Amino acid sequence: MGVNAGVTTSGSRTPAPVKRARVVTITSGKGGVGKTTTTANIGVALAKLNQRVTLIDADIGLRNLDIIMGLENRIVYDLVDVVEGRCKLRQAMIKHKQLPELYLIPSAQTRDKTAVSPADMIQLTNQLRKEMDFIIIDCPAGIERGFRNAIAPADDVLIVTNPEVSAVRDADRIIGLLEAENKGPAKLILNRVKGDMVRKGEMLSAEDVTDILAIKIIGIVPEDDTVVSSSNAGTPLALSENSRAGVAFQNIARRLMGETVPFMPLDDSPNFFKRIARLFASGQ
Amino acid sequence: MAGFFDRLMGRSSAKGSGSKARERLQFILVHDRIHLPPERLEEMKREILAVISKYVSVDEHNVDIALQKRDRNPLLVAEIPFHKAAEGPDDDADSFLSTEDDSPLLNEDGDEDEDDEEEEL
Repeated sequence: MGVNAGVTTSGSRTPAPVKRARVVTITSGKGGVGKTTTTANIGVALAKLNQRVTLIDADIGLRNLDIIMGLENRIVYDLVDVVEGRCKLRQAMIKHKQLPELYLIPSAQTRDKTAVSPADMIQLTNQLRKEMDFIIIDCPAGIERGFRNAIAPADDVLIVTNPEVSAVRDADRIIGLLEAENKGPAKLILNRVKGDMVRKGEMLSAEDVTDILAIKIIGIVPEDDTVVSSSNAGTPLALSENSRAGVAFQNIARRLMGETVPFMPLDDSPNFFKRIARLFASGQ
Repeated sequence: MAGFFDRLMGRSSAKGSGSKARERLQFILVHDRIHLPPERLEEMKREILAVISKYVSVDEHNVDIALQKRDRNPLLVAEIPFHKAAEGPDDDADSFLSTEDDSPLLNEDGDEDEDDEEEEL
C-alpha cells in the first residue's frame, strides 16, 4: 500500500512517516458534476467536527477551489511553488478565517499538469500527515496526469457523479481505473438528485446508480439552489445548518469519520409545511 | 390500474425516462467494460452460432446470447436451444431439419430438457 513505484525518486532514503491523516481524493471523471463544491463542503464539515483538515486543489491550470472557499484574495504561494521549492509547505497553506483548523493549498493558475508528479503528491501529503486528520484532494476532471497525481497518495477515493447517463458512465470508467491501480474500493457521492423527479420515475435513483456501478454510496446530495448562492458568496453551504445540501455534506463528513448516519429522505413531499413555506418564499 | 395508483401514491412508473436511462446505461457499461463495441459482439455471436451449427442443429429463432454482469464482472450468457435429432437415416437428417425449421411440432417440445444447453463463457 505505502510502497509506490513513484516514491523511489524522491523518498527512498526517508523512512515512512507515521500515517496519521487520511488522504481522501475526490474525483469524478466527468467535469461539472460538483467535485469542487463537494470537496469544499466536506472540508468545511470535517473542520466543524473539530478535525484538522487541509484541502489541496490538484487541478493545475484551472484553479477553482479557492473561489468556492472564498479564499482567492489570500493566495501568495501555490502547489507548484511548494513542489518546485520556492516556498515552504506552511507558506502555501491558507488558513480559513472562521475555521482555524482548515487550510487550503491552492493550485497554480498559470502552469500545466506536468508541473507536478504523482511522487510529488505522495511526498507533499506525507509531510502533512503528521499534523492533519484529513487531507482532501480535489481531482481535476479527466483521466490523465492530473488524475494520477490526485489519486497517487489517496487512502480513500470518493467518486462524485450525477444521476445522468453520461456522468455515471464516466464514474464507471474511474472505478475501473482505480481497481487497476489497487485504489479501491471507492465510494460514491450522488450529487444533484431531484427527489420529485426520482419519485416520478424521470431520474435515476440512488439505488439504480449504486446497483449499476456496484459500489457503496457515502452520500446523496439533493439539488439545492443555495449551492449557487453560496458559491457566489464564497461561503460553503456546510458552514450553516439550514440547507438540505449542506446537511447532506455534513452527513458525508460524519460517515467519513466512521459514524453511521442514515440517508436523509430526498422526497420532501410529506413535509407539507416546508413546501408551503417555500412556495411563499419564492413568490416574493 | 396499478399504474394509476402508483402515480397517485407518487411512486415511479416503469415508463418514465429514468428506466430508459437505466437501460441505456447498463448497455453502455457492459460494452465499455469489455472494450467490445456492439457490432463486434454481433460478429462474435454469429461465429459462435456457426461453430455450434457445424455439430448440431440449432433452433436459431430462440437463440439468446447476451452480455450480463455479476457485480462488476461482465459475463456472456448464452442460451442456444437445439432441434431434437430427427429419427431416421443419418444422411437425410440435415435436409430434413432445414425444411422443418419452422414446424410448430418442433417448437412445442420445450419440455425436453436435453434440448437446451446453457453456456457461460
